[in-house]
Amino acid sequence: MLTPAVIKILVVDDNPTDRLVLETILRKQGHQVVSADNGLTALQLFQQEQPDLILLDALMPGMDGFEVAERIKKQVGEDFIPIIFLTSLQDADSLARCLDAGGDDFISKPYNSLILRAKINAFTRMRAMNHTLLTNRDQISEHNRMLIREQEVAKRVFDKVAHVGCLDADNIKHSLSAVSVFNGDVVLAGVNALGNLMVFLGDFTGHGLDAALGAMPLAQTFYSMIEKGFNHQDILVEINKKLNEVLPVGVFCCGLLAEINFHEGTIKVWNGGLPDCVIYKPASGELSLLKSRHLPLGVLPASQFNSRAEMYDVHVGDRLYLWSDGIHEAENHRGEQFGEQRLFDVFQNNSRPESLFNEVNAAVNQFIGASEHTDDISVMEITLVSPENFKASHVLTQDSSFAGPDKWSMSYELNPDTLRSFNPLPLMLNVIVQVPMLRTFSGQIYTVLTELFNNALDHGVLKLESATKNSSEGFSHYYQSREVLLQNLQAGSIRFDLDYQGGRKGGALIIDVVDSGDGFDYQNLGLAGGDVYSGRGVHLVAKLCSTLEYRGRGNAVRAVYSWGESAF
Amino acid sequence: MAITSVISADGSELTIAVEGRFDFSSHQDFRRAYEGQPSQVARYVVDLQETTYLDSSALGMLLLLKDYAGGDEADISVVNCSDDVRKILAISNFEQLFTIK
Repeated sequence: MLTPAVIKILVVDDNPTDRLVLETILRKQGHQVVSADNGLTALQLFQQEQPDLILLDALMPGMDGFEVAERIKKQVGEDFIPIIFLTSLQDADSLARCLDAGGDDFISKPYNSLILRAKINAFTRMRAMNHTLLTNRDQISEHNRMLIREQEVAKRVFDKVAHVGCLDADNIKHSLSAVSVFNGDVVLAGVNALGNLMVFLGDFTGHGLDAALGAMPLAQTFYSMIEKGFNHQDILVEINKKLNEVLPVGVFCCGLLAEINFHEGTIKVWNGGLPDCVIYKPASGELSLLKSRHLPLGVLPASQFNSRAEMYDVHVGDRLYLWSDGIHEAENHRGEQFGEQRLFDVFQNNSRPESLFNEVNAAVNQFIGASEHTDDISVMEITLVSPENFKASHVLTQDSSFAGPDKWSMSYELNPDTLRSFNPLPLMLNVIVQVPMLRTFSGQIYTVLTELFNNALDHGVLKLESATKNSSEGFSHYYQSREVLLQNLQAGSIRFDLDYQGGRKGGALIIDVVDSGDGFDYQNLGLAGGDVYSGRGVHLVAKLCSTLEYRGRGNAVRAVYSWGESAF
Repeated sequence: MAITSVISADGSELTIAVEGRFDFSSHQDFRRAYEGQPSQVARYVVDLQETTYLDSSALGMLLLLKDYAGGDEADISVVNCSDDVRKILAISNFEQLFTIK
């Protein structure tokens, strides 16, 4: 049996004899007793003595027990001070009135000391339980406040890291789910040195800090690698490696990385763990499903990671839609999920592609019964525009007072081992952007280097025919054979010679590229000929450079990129 | 939601059955189902016959089991998946990591 606790009890009774009897019993049981002979004194004593329990006579002259009970219960609020009515009343109505007035129980006169003891013990236990409950509740709400505060701090840091990109570009629309202050979904967009738009939508396991912890290295890797000129594959490999190292087992990120090339009209997609996203072609109503082909980011160690992406041909007006499983799993009040079919129906029923993004959001919100203005799901829409109409604020700011070297040259030769596994362009770009004046033009220079490098590698070293790229099937076939040839590459080389001469008002970068291939008959094609050239890239290079000239048997090319008042 | 684990007569195989929703709330129970089992357990079977729903935290828990059971060498099969559950496993390409039946 439990040892009864010693408590302080307030006894209120106008009858001195009854009061004395009760006081004696209680003191014998070891309790501390304070007494009052009327209602007003009872209220005063209650304030002064703060008793743990009150034994209260119902019928008293002046303020009766019912009123005392009501006032005390009002005063104590959430705290639980048991009030037991002392009564000689027997009828059900009167007894019920005791409880209605705020009493917790009643005990009939004359007192039975055994029952009195049992009741006091029972209420003492209830009071302790109530106390524990309140303490726990306060602790939980305090913890919750702290958690929300921490998430808000995390979110502020994350917003700074994640929102340096170009999510505000005219052709991008996005909404983010508001599951918690900091949800598990991440949306990133940036423009790389080629002028291509890179977008990423990710969904971390869990919400809150779990997601925040992973999202920060992810966003930072994404943006800094884009700025440094790394490509689609490099970025994926690095993000996966970082998340695999940083996150505990069991926390990972389902995500899709897309690179949109507005010049060539292509989208390169890697999907690891997100549900089917789509490319929608309003002209034909065709929906291409971008299926998940890979494990989510952060699951596999770098050695097992597969960064193989898929290429899609697109035209101006086509739209890319990315979403997390939140959209499929959005539930209505009956517990039904929105699901894939309802989502695709929105596309089927759409007549104005411009309003599709809003229609998707509205359809989901209507389904779950939310107001149309809340963003409860993460969706991203990217519209294909012509290169001239793609405007994003991605100017690489340079306020360095360091003028950089005026004259320099470098040679860079790549052999099969390097070509197989390493993208040399970021490294070269890194050297070039050391010249602040050149940094301003790094986008265009990167384009020139990339096109010349790809031509040298694809057509020179790997001997691929660019004409096969003209059909949509040939297009993917081209990239497949390119990969196979590259992996089996045993011989061949590409050599870059960069020569820079510049001053404060102008300068020129002379780029010589020589490959080990057979070259081609550049005499008959003629750079001015326009359409005859099958490689779309060469046109671009010719436009960007002040001089573009093929030499030798067509395996060597010189491009001169100049700015300001240059001699070239 | 209930998670039960049964060890085979020879002690080499542990079957973990998940009933109802397999999500973050199952985290503790799922771990308890395989931690502290006899060390001769060499094969793990996750039975999803009675699983109605599975989310990405559940995928995370499967990865934790895989890690516990020896990483790449772990022998884990996920069996009796409903179509919905199978689809979620397929989207995440988990068949590359687990034997899914």
